[in-house]
Amino acid sequence: MTTLTTPAQPGQHTPRPVPWSKLAWVSWRQYRVGLIGALVFLGALALYLLVMGLRFHSAYASVTSCHPASSQACQDVASLFGNQYFITAEVSAVLLNAVPVLAGVFAGAPILARELDTGTFRFAWTQGAGRIRWTLARLALPAVTVTVTAAAFSQLFEWYYWPFFASGMDSRFAGQFFNLTGVAFTAWTLAAFAIGALAGVLIRRAVAAMAAAMAAWAGLMLVTYAFLRRHYLAPLLSKGAGVPGRGNNPAWVLSQWWTGPNGRPVPSNELYGLIQGAPKGPTKQVGPDSFQTVVDPFRWLTQHGYTEWTSYQPASRYWPFQWIEGGWLLALSLLLIAATIWVVRRRAA
Amino acid sequence: MTAMATSAQPARGARLRPVPWRGMAWVSWRQHRATLAGLVAALGLAGLYLYITGLDLRHEVAAYGEMFTANGSGKMEMTPTAALLQVLPALIGAFVGAPVLARELETGTFRYTWTQGFGRERWAAAKLAQIAIAVTVVAGAFGFLFSWCYEPIIGVRQGLSPLMAITFDLRGVAFAGWALVAFAIGVLAGVLIRRVVPAMFATLAAWSGLAVVTGAYLRSHYEAPLVTSGFRPLSAAWVIGQRWTLHGKPVSTSAVDHVLHKLGAIEAAPGVFGAAPSGSGQPGGGFGQTASAASPSSQNVNPVPYLVHHGYAQLTTYQPASRFWPFQWIEGGWLLALSLLLIAATIWLVRRHAA
Amino acid sequence: MNVIETTGLGKRYHQTWALRECSLAIPAGHVAALVGPNGAGKTTLLNLTVGLATPSAGVVTVLGGMTAGSPGALDGIAFVAQDTPVYKNLSVTDMLHLTRNLNRHFDGGYARARLGELGIPLKRKAGKLSGGQQAQLALTLALARRPQLLVLDEPLANLDPLARHDFMATVMATVAENGMSVVLSSHVLAELERVADYLILVSGGRVQVAGEVDDLLAGHRVLTGPASDSRMHEELAVVHERRAEAQAHLLVRTGGPGDAVPPGWEAHPVGLEELVLAYLRQPGAAALPGPARTKNAKPTEVAR
Repeated sequence: MTTLTTPAQPGQHTPRPVPWSKLAWVSWRQYRVGLIGALVFLGALALYLLVMGLRFHSAYASVTSCHPASSQACQDVASLFGNQYFITAEVSAVLLNAVPVLAGVFAGAPILARELDTGTFRFAWTQGAGRIRWTLARLALPAVTVTVTAAAFSQLFEWYYWPFFASGMDSRFAGQFFNLTGVAFTAWTLAAFAIGALAGVLIRRAVAAMAAAMAAWAGLMLVTYAFLRRHYLAPLLSKGAGVPGRGNNPAWVLSQWWTGPNGRPVPSNELYGLIQGAPKGPTKQVGPDSFQTVVDPFRWLTQHGYTEWTSYQPASRYWPFQWIEGGWLLALSLLLIAATIWVVRRRAA
Repeated sequence: MTAMATSAQPARGARLRPVPWRGMAWVSWRQHRATLAGLVAALGLAGLYLYITGLDLRHEVAAYGEMFTANGSGKMEMTPTAALLQVLPALIGAFVGAPVLARELETGTFRYTWTQGFGRERWAAAKLAQIAIAVTVVAGAFGFLFSWCYEPIIGVRQGLSPLMAITFDLRGVAFAGWALVAFAIGVLAGVLIRRVVPAMFATLAAWSGLAVVTGAYLRSHYEAPLVTSGFRPLSAAWVIGQRWTLHGKPVSTSAVDHVLHKLGAIEAAPGVFGAAPSGSGQPGGGFGQTASAASPSSQNVNPVPYLVHHGYAQLTTYQPASRFWPFQWIEGGWLLALSLLLIAATIWLVRRHAA
Repeated sequence: MNVIETTGLGKRYHQTWALRECSLAIPAGHVAALVGPNGAGKTTLLNLTVGLATPSAGVVTVLGGMTAGSPGALDGIAFVAQDTPVYKNLSVTDMLHLTRNLNRHFDGGYARARLGELGIPLKRKAGKLSGGQQAQLALTLALARRPQLLVLDEPLANLDPLARHDFMATVMATVAENGMSVVLSSHVLAELERVADYLILVSGGRVQVAGEVDDLLAGHRVLTGPASDSRMHEELAVVHERRAEAQAHLLVRTGGPGDAVPPGWEAHPVGLEELVLAYLRQPGAAALPGPARTKNAKPTEVAR
């Protein structure tokens, strides 16, 4: 009995996977309108930063060109500059925090959520490319876009806010500006995207996934801002008045407290009570209708045996902290994206 | 096989009473209860934070008295919080408003809903009205809470004008108005764009544009601003613009700059004078306009007396703090009118919608 | 009363006419089958009758002269769209509640009993039901409104053969009990053959055939005869011709059963499916009540 055999075809091999470029094209076609809309919006934002930044810079130029810098007149110029622009600048800085979370959540969550919600995954996941390649390709283009955009905005913001950093009115290190400068802005944007992607594949309804992703990102940001960041490296302790690095490159003061002559810490309301009871010095006019009683609290307290302690992070640690934060955020993002892929793999239709 | 109960049919040709409105109460609630719960939770969390902050603030003011308000540390804390809370109405519009109609249109369930006896316009009107009222009430409560929280420091002599953009739209009736108009923009975007996520994005963009335009241009003109001479108005007033006049007529800043240049100074910002950077070579060339600001080592003419002597005057346009409530009502009023207009347009579009 | 009456109805989307010059008069008390190939305009026509779309040309009235989409029309017509949309995150009970709140008449007892018979759990979310169960749910909701006219857009697509039988049995029972009229569309005629007594054939955006099934079948027959006999074409209203070597099969319209059979030819009655296929193959042919574009000047009777 003859058996039927198929002769080996010369040059036959396992089929090549669908090339990434084709998948990228599909991704682009689907998101054209969204990407263009987002770019227009971000462009308007960038234009605003540009215009205001130019104003800040030119106003600040006259502050710096005032000599001698320590004279009362020049101090007035500086404080007038601050009054004029400071609040506007601060407000826009806080609002800029919206860019990472919006970019990440709008780009990350709906992609997979809508695919699962509408059932189109039954088409997409049975194509030749396979579901994992498909998911990666769909996530890649928006991920790259938001990261690059965030990096560009970060640079723009640094330029925009430079006068306030340079004059010491705000510090890159302390407070909210840490996540708007350096690499942190980009890292937070990528993290928002990764959180959004995972939320999308878990929750499967676009609006709910976006809301959950925003809440999760906000929670993470809050925890980092309030607790995590100050402990990346052990803070330094300084004794006595003043903190190293004042002026236009201040250290990040974590907390300050006084200890009494017996070495025990003094609670702050007792402290204020002591200061109020101290003999008052001359009155000084600091503004048209505000006066201040000049008591040098430091001298008086130190004379009476009180010591001031400051826990701080020196300004030189700004970049190490940026790298640490950027690093763990990047690791988290990769972890979340890996988790997303794992869920995609395991999900039964 | 179950048989359908037969009973006398009412005369169908007669004029039909509309299906009662209260049916829609359950419908709106059931379909949107998750969204409304999320809204209450989000504003509730923020409200809790404000409540705690408010208590803290009052405690500090009571304990430290004048020193606290004088150095404005409370103000420093308020600005970022207020800035952050600005986004709340926009989020309300995007997450509560946009999906209401967009989801029906996107998933196709409108083919079921709009062929029921209730009728599509009444359905839309009932649903939108109910959610709009819920949003307005919750937002109103939040605005009230914000006002209460920061009452000790807004408008006291330290110079935070109640009309300042960043807190004005979080207080009084303005916050409720902004939340309502965000919702209205959201539903209109939903029925125009017919897809949820793009409608959300469009809502954010449109609301932001409106808010920026209002804060930057519109609000300063609700009532004709007052004008005073000098560049230092009352501390709680909201300064809109500052300019020079020559013999009573406005003069361009470049003309003033020209004069200043001859003196070796420039005006970098209204009232902020500095030495001309090209180095007219005189030390101590900084000038302020307070009398005590003349630098003892200055060998130059303080430009302000020089300018005044030649007929120049500094004018500041501002809005006094007493106009807070009138402005609130004006802003709340036109926001309400705009919201009603947008919602009416939405219902009209629902009517015209073709499958 | 005509449940649906259209005059010159047309609907245009951007530059394309999805439906054109549609003139129908479907009388009450019938089960009307709307058939035609995919994309022929069936869904457009149904959307126009239930008020989901407005006409670009012509007029459509329902239930004896009411404007489509008016409150009276909405009250008397129950519609189940293609792919039976339901709110996926609402439970079955919620959907019952929803339909009750949005309508004047709703027989909740009947709905619950029927769902129980079908084995559809009341607590489950509608999105988690199988396709067939969703279709049954949608039909139940529609029937529970006790409409005068039930309009179904491709209702049988998601149902297995047993479920289809059950579905149609329910519909027919309701028709028998309270004289409900039904218009349902499908592109598979075989299923509807047993139940439909009025046929509308839509093809390429135009109505080709409209009339009672009995009249249509009586008015057509198949003549079989020698292929070489070419004079038949001038004398008879030939709808469609099929040649097989020496034989030709002609589907012709007759003036009545008494029309003489030409010598040398045999006459056979025509089945509904054969009739529909023949017309589909000849886009220019039509069999409509009233003045119509027929190959010769013999109109079929208007059924009123």
